[in-house]
Amino acid sequence: MSIELKNISYTYMPKTPFEHLALDDISITVPEGKITAIAGHTGSGKSTLIQHFNGLLKPSKGTILVDGVDIGKKNTEAKAARRKVGIVFQYPEYQLFEETISKDISFGPMNIGCSEAETLERVKQAMAFVNLDYDKYAHRSPFQLSGGQKRRAAIAGILALQPKYLVLDEPTAGLDPKGREALMEKFRRLHRERGTTIVLISHNMDNIASYADNVIILNKGKVTMEAPPEEVFSQKELISQAGLELPEVKTIMNELAQNGLEIQNNAYTMDKAVEEIIEALRRKGKC
Amino acid sequence: MSFIECVDLTHIYNAGMENEMLAVENVNIKIEEGEFVAILGTNGSGKSTLAKHFNGLLLPSSGKCLVDGMDTKDEEHTYDIRRQIGMVFQNPDNQIIAAIVEDDVGFGPENIGLDPHEIRRNVTAALRAVDMEEYRHFSPHHLSGGQKQRVAIAGALAMNTKCLVLDEPTAMLDPRGRHEVMDTVSRLNKERGITTVYITHFMEEAAMADRIFVMDQKHLVASGTPREIFRDIGAMKKRGLAVPMAAEMAYRLQQKGLRITESIINTEDLVRAICQ
Ligand SMILES: Nc1ncnc2c1ncn2[C@@H]1O[C@H](COP(=O)(O)OP(=O)(O)OP(=O)(O)O)[C@@H](O)[C@H]1O
Ligand SMILES: Nc1ncnc2c1ncn2[C@@H]1O[C@H](COP(=O)(O)OP(=O)(O)OP(=O)(O)O)[C@@H](O)[C@H]1O
Ligand SMILES: [Mg+2]
Ligand SMILES: [Mg+2]
Repeated sequence: MSIELKNISYTYMPKTPFEHLALDDISITVPEGKITAIAGHTGSGKSTLIQHFNGLLKPSKGTILVDGVDIGKKNTEAKAARRKVGIVFQYPEYQLFEETISKDISFGPMNIGCSEAETLERVKQAMAFVNLDYDKYAHRSPFQLSGGQKRRAAIAGILALQPKYLVLDEPTAGLDPKGREALMEKFRRLHRERGTTIVLISHNMDNIASYADNVIILNKGKVTMEAPPEEVFSQKELISQAGLELPEVKTIMNELAQNGLEIQNNAYTMDKAVEEIIEALRRKGKC
Repeated sequence: MSFIECVDLTHIYNAGMENEMLAVENVNIKIEEGEFVAILGTNGSGKSTLAKHFNGLLLPSSGKCLVDGMDTKDEEHTYDIRRQIGMVFQNPDNQIIAAIVEDDVGFGPENIGLDPHEIRRNVTAALRAVDMEEYRHFSPHHLSGGQKQRVAIAGALAMNTKCLVLDEPTAMLDPRGRHEVMDTVSRLNKERGITTVYITHFMEEAAMADRIFVMDQKHLVASGTPREIFRDIGAMKKRGLAVPMAAEMAYRLQQKGLRITESIINTEDLVRAICQ
């Protein structure tokens, strides 16, 4: 099954001088059991798009199907379908509101009817996932945290819901390098072990190249590409037209190639890049 | 005299209460006029707390913070200090003050008493610098995440201060926007001698600074030029940090037996080492 968007358009503040068509006739499929990345320039419509996945925003036109159910309907089936989708917002502040972190993370599970014991278990698991020590942080105020700690708490709050579709808007923004990598690895594991479908918006092309199965590129409210990372990042022109850049690894490889290193230049990730360089140097007898 | 100087600076949040939190301990730092320094450190290491002392928003629990020779604890200097330091906070949403972008950007300059003509000129220049001129009559609440961040940066630029303190200003920007902000900041530093304090989790950005400070669990644990700091990959990783991508690549190549003797922190270095 999947999340399927059919001809979605969305206009902010219609019929005012500020009217803005943020999404323009978008049809995409977010396949179940995959990691899908959404990229696009600032203001391209990414956050607007994902807020349609659980009905937070209602499309001006078009329909959204979650596992085949039209979530725009007003019945219990549609409500259940909306609940399969958990969204972590771009700014964690939008999500944190309780007086302690543990209450904050408990809110979701309690709300969907988990027992107290089950809720506590989920809170602990979620906090371990984002690397916030339970004993140290559970009873602190979410408002008295550093920026990166707030993001971790916000992610934990949605994880505790154990949604089938986990949608994250810039999940690694503001995280330190180790936290960034650890979290991406854990998302990958969650996806492998539990089959959770993951959608992440990211400005980090290197992360996308390393972790995504499927990439959707937005440009001014329209989808310009929907393909695996290798395919997306081989289209230099289209990437540039969309206001984006290639992964840093790829940029370095291009520089090396331009300066005479005979590499195949198909690598988008660090591991592959290192292999290619070593191979090229071996051929030249340089190492 | 250094432009910013912290002497044994310690900061405790909620001092004396049950939820007391020691966030920064005994930090000694000197930042010279015209310098571009970056601050690195893992989440919660104390970077933002430290930076908020530079404009007197937070006051030391013990020790002191001097800006241009003025003690931030001295109330008579509060205004003078604010006039010298433009600050971009970590979360742009908390900084939105006015209902229209141009008023929001003009708020800081107005607050430090610039005259209306100058304000208008600065606001326009600042919005142009972050490529947000077309949004000047918008409500900042109706902007995308990255657009809000650009507006916050414009607000600091428009104050035309001698010093800019930027707390993760590019965290929400697309790759191009990130490069543009970096270019703007380093141009202001080079051409106008604006003292710049730049907090970031992007090692490539830190590599552009004159000097890097590393925070680790409330303490300042290292300082030096980017080459000095990024030389020791092991130490950076142990602290939960990293090195620029090109340095990481060089390191991995070395592990596979390639001999690289030069110090590598950017792509040019790597190209020189491999393609010569
Ligand atoms: N609440 C709102 N009211 C009116 N317009 C809005 C609102 N939110 C966003 N917009 C506009 O809609 C467009 C798309 O915004 P959106 O937040 O979806 O972008 P984004 O791709 O998530 O960008 P970013 O990378 O900066 O977060 C932008 O031009 C923005 O100015
Ligand atoms: N208002 C506050 N009240 C109490 N404790 C706080 C407050 N703000 C931050 N802290 C705590 O102080 C410590 C330092 O936080 P600070 O915000 O300075 O970290 P940081 O290095 O900027 O981290 P990040 O990279 O996540 O932004 C953290 O442990 C944090 O939880
Ligand atoms: Mg967004
Ligand atoms: Mg911070």
